[in-house]
Amino acid sequence: MPAVQETVERVKEIEVDKYKYGFFTDIESVKAPKGLNEDIVRFISAKKDEPEWLRDWRLEAYRRWRTMQEPAWANVQYPKIDFEDLYYYAAPKSTEGPKSLADVDPELLKTYEKLGIPLKEQEVLAGVQGAPKVAVDAVFDSVSVVTTFKEELAKAGVIFCSISEAVKNHPELVKKYLGSVVPATDNFYATLNSAVFSDGSFVYVPEGVRCPMELSTYFRINAENTGQFERTLIIAEKGSYVSYLEGCTAPMRDENQLHAAVVELVALEDAEIKYSTVQNWYPGDAKGKGGVYNFVTKRGDCRGDRSKISWTQVETGSAITWKYPSCILRGDGSRGEFYSIAISNGYQQVDSGTKMIHLGKDTSSRIISKGIAAGYSNNTYRGLVSAHRKATNARNFTCCDSLLIGDKCGAHTVPYIEAKNASATFEHEATTSKISDDQLFYCLSRGLSEEEAVALIVNGFVRDVLQQLPMEFMAETQKLISISLEGSVG
Amino acid sequence: MLEIKNLHANVAGNEILKGLDLTLPAGEVHAIMGPNGSGKSTLAYVLAGKEDYEVTEGSITFKGKDLLEMDPSERAIAGVFLAFQYPMEIPGVATMTFLRSAVNAVRKARGEEELSTPDFLREAKAKAKDLKIDVEMLRRPLNVGFSGGEKKRNEILQMALLEPGLCVLDETDSGLDIDALRIVADGVNGLRSKERAMLVITHYQRLLDYIVPDKVHVMSAGRIARSGGPELAHELEKSGYAEFGGEATAA
Repeated sequence: MPAVQETVERVKEIEVDKYKYGFFTDIESVKAPKGLNEDIVRFISAKKDEPEWLRDWRLEAYRRWRTMQEPAWANVQYPKIDFEDLYYYAAPKSTEGPKSLADVDPELLKTYEKLGIPLKEQEVLAGVQGAPKVAVDAVFDSVSVVTTFKEELAKAGVIFCSISEAVKNHPELVKKYLGSVVPATDNFYATLNSAVFSDGSFVYVPEGVRCPMELSTYFRINAENTGQFERTLIIAEKGSYVSYLEGCTAPMRDENQLHAAVVELVALEDAEIKYSTVQNWYPGDAKGKGGVYNFVTKRGDCRGDRSKISWTQVETGSAITWKYPSCILRGDGSRGEFYSIAISNGYQQVDSGTKMIHLGKDTSSRIISKGIAAGYSNNTYRGLVSAHRKATNARNFTCCDSLLIGDKCGAHTVPYIEAKNASATFEHEATTSKISDDQLFYCLSRGLSEEEAVALIVNGFVRDVLQQLPMEFMAETQKLISISLEGSVG
Repeated sequence: MLEIKNLHANVAGNEILKGLDLTLPAGEVHAIMGPNGSGKSTLAYVLAGKEDYEVTEGSITFKGKDLLEMDPSERAIAGVFLAFQYPMEIPGVATMTFLRSAVNAVRKARGEEELSTPDFLREAKAKAKDLKIDVEMLRRPLNVGFSGGEKKRNEILQMALLEPGLCVLDETDSGLDIDALRIVADGVNGLRSKERAMLVITHYQRLLDYIVPDKVHVMSAGRIARSGGPELAHELEKSGYAEFGGEATAA
């Protein structure tokens, strides 16, 4: 975890007290009772000191949510979630965690060791009670610390802050764009998120500006309570460019089993947004118990002509992943990309893919999906490519490859293709393969262990997608892939 | 170095090796010849420890250790190397990456220090040059789209880098034109040493003009039927394998 360690080093260089008081807001001690009703929504909004319009927006979403059904079409199975049994505000993290590292799933600890995470940091990641708060902030929250970054961003005119701050300081932008890509009524989980979202990131890149650095959630404020219902909004003005990195390669334990985040991207004329995710939340123990349910709605709107949105994701964690980062190709000549590596092992279930909605003329999209299933897991690619009547000369290329390790896992590909304009050109390729015994033997006969051999073959399989990741994530991700697949052979 | 006694082995329930004996001292190169189906390649796979090749009787000791007790990667670490007749393709994995992973896995297991990337590159490039391997080839995914000659040269390059004690070459001459054959043979000859033994499996005598063996063994029906000096190979070139159960035209 070089990136994390680097962050920690940086934090150590600063005065701890300054950091503690300077950057942490006040919400930690307050919590609302379990369950959800209009009062809770009002409470959340009031706690965050939100303007009336946002409170009403939340309430509207809440009322809508009450009328909605949980979607059942995904290829995942889990016990019914009791939404009245959840905390929707300020979950009491510090009192429900394990008492010491001795209470943490030993498999998780082994993984930390392999990633080379220091003990103190392990405690933080595992949510051990009384773990130093500073380190939490150090790992996940450093924008404020790395002031040089902030200065540089400010110089460029880039706004990068928590969404709560944005509501206070840039209400006109939030009001204009919030819910404009993923409407509050979009789907069960997105609507729930709209009603109760806790926090998240806000990015605004002004016209013609090329954001001078990769923006990363490593460097974001106040991450502690953003986990469960995170809301991210990124706006790239005309001719601007921004690359955003989300996540962390270290697996993080979290007592919030349900995660329902919403991410909205808006790219105006000639703008480009590159959004990369590495997701490695707790997948549950060896029997599949206790993992995170990750029900996320991510969508980008290529609103301006010749704009471009590119999603890259590496999904290795969570017990259940339900995630379809999508692009609406509204502007003429706009482009959408989706590069995905989804690895499932143990009893993990992944139902992930993308939607490319071609609305404008001469729009193009590209989908490269690599699914790797091992253990008893199920890995589904689900994707939609559609061309609207006016989408003359829409083009798509899709390539979905699945790799099976062992004979107890499953890989599924569910592509939907709709063309309402006769000039559309859609290509779809799909392969499913197994690591052959002969390939494995060849590697073994050169002295590699089975695990090394599998990691090598899998890294080769996902190479096209790995190359899309920002440099600093590539090496870490390769390591992560090896670790995720441990115990998958033999 | 290598001692095989009364080796019996089954593949999918069929007995292929039926009491094979072979002694291969360090520093020597032995050729195994024989008609198709006599068990030559089976012997190679049994030595490397391939799954599904079941040894039912007999023993193999390598440097005094029981080879049959070891799994394939342990054998590689102990110094057994098989140059495959059909090297496997691994898409997306650069040849150089594969070579480095293998070399460092073996070094680590042998308690040696892993090579740094620059050190490894220097060594790999030098050895590749001896085999007339273009560096560009090492950047391509392992064996994917390689010509027959490139695949075989790549096998010999791996052999040179892993520095094994026992080299087993399984029909390394198959699919090679005469120029490629010469390059490969030069590479193999360059690796002959007092500490190393080689088992060269081939159907044709041609390879043995370039890699001159100390001894030639002829296999027939899962055993060594005849042994002799290099002249035995020439004799077979004329008479064919008819007397060893092969077709007269086979040679």
